[in-house]
Amino acid sequence: MALDSKVPKGPIKDKWTDYKNKIDLVNPANKRNIDVIVVGTGLAGGSAAATLAELGYNVKAFAYQDSPRRAHSIAAQGGINAAKNYQGDGDSTYRLFYDTVKGGDYRSREANVYRLAEVSSNIIDQCVAQGVPFARDYGGLLDNRSFGGVLVSRTFYAKGQTGQQLLLGAYSAMNRQIARGKIEMFNRHEMLDVVIVDGKARGIIARNLITGEIERHSAHAVVIGSGGYGNVYFLSTNAMGSNATASWKIHKKGAYFANPCYTQIHPTCIPRSGDYQSKLTLMSESLRNDGRIWVPKNMEDVLAIREGKKKPTDLTEEQRDYYLERRYPAFGNLVPRDVASRAAKERCDAGYGVNATGEAVYLDFASAFDRYGKEQAKIQNIKNPSPEKIYELGQAIVEAKYGNLFQMYEKIVDQNPYKTPMMIYPAVHYTMGGVWVDYNLMTTIPGCYCIGEANFSDHGANRLGASALMQGLADGYFVLPYTIGDYLADDIRTGKIPTDSLEFNAAEKEVKDRIDFFVNNKGTKSVDYFHKKLGKVMWDKAGMSRNAKGLEEAMVEIKAIREEFWKEVSVPGGSNEMNPELEKAGRVADFLELGELFAKDALVRAESCGGHFREESAELDGPQKGEAKRNDKDFAFVSAWEYKGEPADAVLHKEELEFKDIELKQRSYK
Amino acid sequence: MSGKGMNLTLKIWRQKDSSTKGQMVDYKVTDISEHMSFLEMMDVLNEQLVNAGEEPVAFDHDCREGICGACSLYINGEAHGPDRAITTCQLHMRMFNDGDTITIEPFRAAAFPVIKDLVVDRMAFERIQQAGGYISVNTSGNTQDANNIPISKHAADEAMDAATCIGCGACVATCKNSSAMLFVGAKVSQYALLPQGQIEAADRVQNMVAQMDLEGFGNCTNTGACEVECPKGISLDNIARMNRELMKANI
Repeated sequence: MALDSKVPKGPIKDKWTDYKNKIDLVNPANKRNIDVIVVGTGLAGGSAAATLAELGYNVKAFAYQDSPRRAHSIAAQGGINAAKNYQGDGDSTYRLFYDTVKGGDYRSREANVYRLAEVSSNIIDQCVAQGVPFARDYGGLLDNRSFGGVLVSRTFYAKGQTGQQLLLGAYSAMNRQIARGKIEMFNRHEMLDVVIVDGKARGIIARNLITGEIERHSAHAVVIGSGGYGNVYFLSTNAMGSNATASWKIHKKGAYFANPCYTQIHPTCIPRSGDYQSKLTLMSESLRNDGRIWVPKNMEDVLAIREGKKKPTDLTEEQRDYYLERRYPAFGNLVPRDVASRAAKERCDAGYGVNATGEAVYLDFASAFDRYGKEQAKIQNIKNPSPEKIYELGQAIVEAKYGNLFQMYEKIVDQNPYKTPMMIYPAVHYTMGGVWVDYNLMTTIPGCYCIGEANFSDHGANRLGASALMQGLADGYFVLPYTIGDYLADDIRTGKIPTDSLEFNAAEKEVKDRIDFFVNNKGTKSVDYFHKKLGKVMWDKAGMSRNAKGLEEAMVEIKAIREEFWKEVSVPGGSNEMNPELEKAGRVADFLELGELFAKDALVRAESCGGHFREESAELDGPQKGEAKRNDKDFAFVSAWEYKGEPADAVLHKEELEFKDIELKQRSYK
Repeated sequence: MSGKGMNLTLKIWRQKDSSTKGQMVDYKVTDISEHMSFLEMMDVLNEQLVNAGEEPVAFDHDCREGICGACSLYINGEAHGPDRAITTCQLHMRMFNDGDTITIEPFRAAAFPVIKDLVVDRMAFERIQQAGGYISVNTSGNTQDANNIPISKHAADEAMDAATCIGCGACVATCKNSSAMLFVGAKVSQYALLPQGQIEAADRVQNMVAQMDLEGFGNCTNTGACEVECPKGISLDNIARMNRELMKANI
């Protein structure tokens, strides 16, 4: 099947408006006869469910958690971008569009990104109307901060808990519709397959995670908003339950999976401390506004610090290497995430890591305490303040901005970041790849949509900070509710979809057979054993830097782990009860397939772009020596993979990327 | 960063399902590092159980960074354990000593029935939110410009403090009356402090409080334990504000 992105014709700034004016609408009386299933209730799924219900559709929403409010969007810290230009620093829709395409290393679809930038302002208006308590300045207007990879302040925030507040906003909109009966909410339910009738997505098979019951749910369209696949690495900043099962199931039933190798390794996470580690914790990128990243210049200082003979605060300015400021004077500590992560890895690989594992760099707030302290002393009219007083005043400002992050750090690491610099190291955070969708956010299965992190569309090969929340809410509040109407307009006379069809029987049988296999297998190894093994291969061979040899090995190794899994996995307990091990087994089985496709995709893409760094494709000399080298001549396309059984047999379809409104350049943040 | 390798005895509530009677069961774990989180210690126990072919202990958890509100253990008689201003997933083993016996129970309240082992049903909180925890504005995007509603920094910050509630239920679990007033007070306060929340203020507080009573949560007797155990430090002031809002609405 040839890929059709369905991007409307016309100038980029008019595409969305013109398109909206022409698409089919469903009249309010008919919407009452149409059912829509939404899987996942984070920012994308939650906002879509609420909006579709407000429009009048009957929505069934599914979450594996006990409440929509617990979806992992809740953990997003830093903020949400919008081209409001409230700061008057030259921001515009075009600039947000430009920054996002450039930040994504020119591997995203231009028209989708422009639309995202266009609706970004509406999101802020909408959230304020919902009572989201964004940070404000003393005049009562909304405050902004700056994020990596851009030169303006366009990020709106609610302390270090922006994702929480936005999700609670969407959750409140959902609650209003649940109370009206327009959303039927299925908490503690997991989608285990999609049901296709006459070539269209017409329902799902779900498992009630409390009773174990397998349920059939039908609808006229199915929307997947179940997040990314970062947990394929076992260790990531994702929640423990975050999984790719919904995305993978639709992939196996015909939805192409795009760019799986585009993974974001976030530069500022708390380093790991031991083998028992179950997940990694992010420290918001917003900290790079005020924190400076460094390692010692001299190896003797590195060793003295590791042995506890010296403290980081003992080192003078001259003894420190602020390597981001050194290498990238224009952007300094605010380079994009992929660049910052690779730079940290480069220093640590060279032996300058500052903790026992050698995998940590410093994030230092001393200069921010000083700067804010002096400013406060002036405001409060304190003459000749002592250094202690300046520090105290400065600390109060930093605490007001990032207090919850500092507290979180101290609880985990047992060090006070007000007294000593934080230690950070990159960790898997976000996946830009995902299910392929057209301009309508529809997958290659008619009637099956995919939104938010679960799809591939807006971030190219690298996502800029504060853009994930923007995309999730844009898709759910302002894009999907329009585009899905165009499809559902043909369904006003279809009537309720029956669940006693052969298609539902077959899908349910497949789900039940797999569950029966797991609980009866009685193998010798736990699900986590396999998940950790997979994660290690992914991190070592498809992590921050990749090469052909490693990726070929990864494919072979993952296949071997998968084969062992199906022989030796042990799942205690039964199928007709709450059984967390059974839930994990199904998810890891899917990761074991996705991981291999990931490595295959990374192997095919023999260029470096964004988060995907191929060692074979770096600048060999000149001012950009050692930096990633993109290859637009051969790789300016989206890789969309068609399922054919074994991941190694997946068939590649290319969507060529055209850039009419942006000139392709090698990224430079120097 | 080597751990001090603690050996611990765990007394854990095991219960097959909501209709079966539960009991405390003893387990031993060895060589636990002080740098482990409490839930990573539970992972170690569960891996041990799975390898022995036994059913692991079920407990709610997800983000493991103190924000989703899923984790909910009652450890040595305290909601979220012995440390302050954190959730169970942020509790670290450095708070315990070699040889300790640790008692681990689910959050207990009539309105939070046990589903399995340490997992409880918090749907009562969902129904309270559905009764009025929202502003009735459609998500059309055709609202006024965000900066047309100036809000004093003080009010916005205070609303934010109330809005940081994660809905974990520690306030209920720790209260001798199983009262949910800190949880409800936080949501009522967030909207009461903002101009956008004024239009529906009276209906909101009346409906949410009525639902809270219907769910079987107890009354507040100003003990203040909820504020102490709240992982997000939600202040008792929010209960006072809710009472004020309710009185205003009833007059």
